[in-house]
Amino acid sequence: MKNPPASAPPPAIDRSPVRWLRQNLFNTWYNGILTLILGGFILQVFVAGLTWIATKARWAVISENLPLLLVGRYPAEQSWRLWLVLLLAIGLPVSIWGGKRRRSPGVGWIYAFCAMIGISWLLGGGFGLVPVENSLWNGLLLTLLAASLSTVLAFPLGVLLALGRQSSLPILRIACTIYIELVRGLPLIGILFMAQFLLPLLLPGDWRLDRLARAIAGLILFNAAYLAETVRGGLQSLPRGQIEAAKVLGLSAPLRLWLIVLPQAIRMVIPAIVGQFISLFKDTSLLALFALAELTGIARSVLAQPDFIGRYAEVYLFIGLIYWIVCFTLSQVSRQLEVRD
Amino acid sequence: MHPRLFGWGAIALLALCSTASCARLSSKPPTAPGQAETSSKGRLATVLSRGKLVCGVSGELPGFSFLGKDGKYQGLDVDICRAVASAIFDNPQAVEFRNLNAKERFTALQSGEVDILSRNTTYTMSRDTSVGLEFAPIVFYDGQGIMVKKASGIKSLAELQDKAICIQTGTTTEQNLTDRMRQRGLSYTPVVFEDVNTTFATYSEGRCEGVTGDRSQLVSRRSTLPKPDDHIILPEVLSKEPLAPAIASGDPGWGDIVRWTIYALIEAEEMKLTAKTVTQQSTNPDPTVRRLLGLEGDLGKGLGLPNDFALRIIKHVGNYGEIYDRNLGAKTPLKLPRGQNQLWNQGGLLYSPPFR
Repeated sequence: MKNPPASAPPPAIDRSPVRWLRQNLFNTWYNGILTLILGGFILQVFVAGLTWIATKARWAVISENLPLLLVGRYPAEQSWRLWLVLLLAIGLPVSIWGGKRRRSPGVGWIYAFCAMIGISWLLGGGFGLVPVENSLWNGLLLTLLAASLSTVLAFPLGVLLALGRQSSLPILRIACTIYIELVRGLPLIGILFMAQFLLPLLLPGDWRLDRLARAIAGLILFNAAYLAETVRGGLQSLPRGQIEAAKVLGLSAPLRLWLIVLPQAIRMVIPAIVGQFISLFKDTSLLALFALAELTGIARSVLAQPDFIGRYAEVYLFIGLIYWIVCFTLSQVSRQLEVRD
Repeated sequence: MHPRLFGWGAIALLALCSTASCARLSSKPPTAPGQAETSSKGRLATVLSRGKLVCGVSGELPGFSFLGKDGKYQGLDVDICRAVASAIFDNPQAVEFRNLNAKERFTALQSGEVDILSRNTTYTMSRDTSVGLEFAPIVFYDGQGIMVKKASGIKSLAELQDKAICIQTGTTTEQNLTDRMRQRGLSYTPVVFEDVNTTFATYSEGRCEGVTGDRSQLVSRRSTLPKPDDHIILPEVLSKEPLAPAIASGDPGWGDIVRWTIYALIEAEEMKLTAKTVTQQSTNPDPTVRRLLGLEGDLGKGLGLPNDFALRIIKHVGNYGEIYDRNLGAKTPLKLPRGQNQLWNQGGLLYSPPFR
């Protein structure tokens, strides 16, 4: 018997798929049977799904209604405005990130501000453009708009609630805590119903919000409570030394908050905020219950076309795909933001 | 962390943002400008000053109201609104449609958010007397029906003796069927489902000989079955579901406009005036036609509209028969027979009081 040489090379690892299969899926007889049963089942579902998509499904309902599903009743001859809006919206993260890189974050914020004014002008018209009423903004356009508008507007409210919850003034603290806990303990659909039917009663007589505004108000009220808890997490993770150092420098209380506390706290919770935006984006499908023609609502309307009655599967599969694409893109973008930060 | 710091910061920001958000919300366009004057000046004045009609529809019901591929609203309910807009503005496009769900439809009418509710609403006594609304003439007589397979040879309710019938539970449908079968002393096997899709899927598989539902629903469901022509809807009608537009009560002038717009559609069909022929009637000697079209007399004045209001309606949207054929008739995928929705002189229920 010969001893192996001391400097023997490491045993070659066989990485062939056959070996991988044998090690992971067929390593015992019962695992082998399980693999065969489950594999067969998955294959069958997969094949049946593909066959349906390729042969049985009638995709005309999508191809003929595509503009309707995406931008709804927005006038076709004005659609160039929507392309500009899209361009401005894409520019938003780019400019903020670019501004940060060049150590001049102000540029990004100024752009963001101008872009928002530009977007609302392009969408609504007036000042030289043909006015387009908000009842014509439907489909994916309305879904995106409702989600982003309610996040942007809920943000200041959420930060205030977070600060209020940590305040030393008892009334303020208790009020903020009650609001946050109350809203977080209610389902979104309940809050939307309240906004739809109670809000008009609470507002002074000559104030009339249209249905879209009421729905967005409901989303804001809901979202603010969740944002408040997220931001509070950021505030509490800030080391005490930061504030003490700011005090030593002689900064006043508002300046300490504005220059030292908030920028750091908020930066820390950006990924969580994006996550919340994604879930809000999906929640906007509830607006269909209030007969608002966002993506889900317009899908229901399309399904009422006599030519396409009963084509539920095609339409819901398609809008599901749209929801997924948008959410997946957003989460990828937010991951990039984290990496580069 | 200094707690007071948060307190002051919060108060300052709160003041700032509450003003900002108030400004933001109030800058939204109000639902209908000039709503405050509604009660004093009447709905017609409000509509005229706004320049368009606001009409509440379902937006999700095949044949009655839905969004076409071009993004325009279509359907029978929709065309009623277009007819009213034509009478007032001579423009069938001067309507803004609002989708309403079943719960909020009456509130929207009472609060003045919509001028007309044209949303496949069943005209019932309790609705007429309790919710503060007023019904216009019935535009569609629906009713519960039964669908069977042609191959089964069943032609009437009596032949369903001891057969299985698919029903959706929890609706008045179930009660109506039981009542009717008991009246006639017929026994049958109910196959009850919670969900409307399952009900029709089971019927399609052949587990029931018949399936019951509103006749307009049966027709639209039939078009989704693999071979629609293999199924027929029995002539018997088990319940009355008259669908009518509604307006808020307390404005008789506005009610007159909606009422006589609908009557004009029916009267025009009776006089065989269509969208094409109605503009060539200036030399027609028939006094009833001349009065309807405003060539003679002062009928429009009583409504606060021009005398040719009926001409405008028919020119733009056609008569009732044309509206029906366009949205529900044989040329559409729904292929709904006129049935009770025929003129009174052809065996139906549509009847217009005279225009004089």
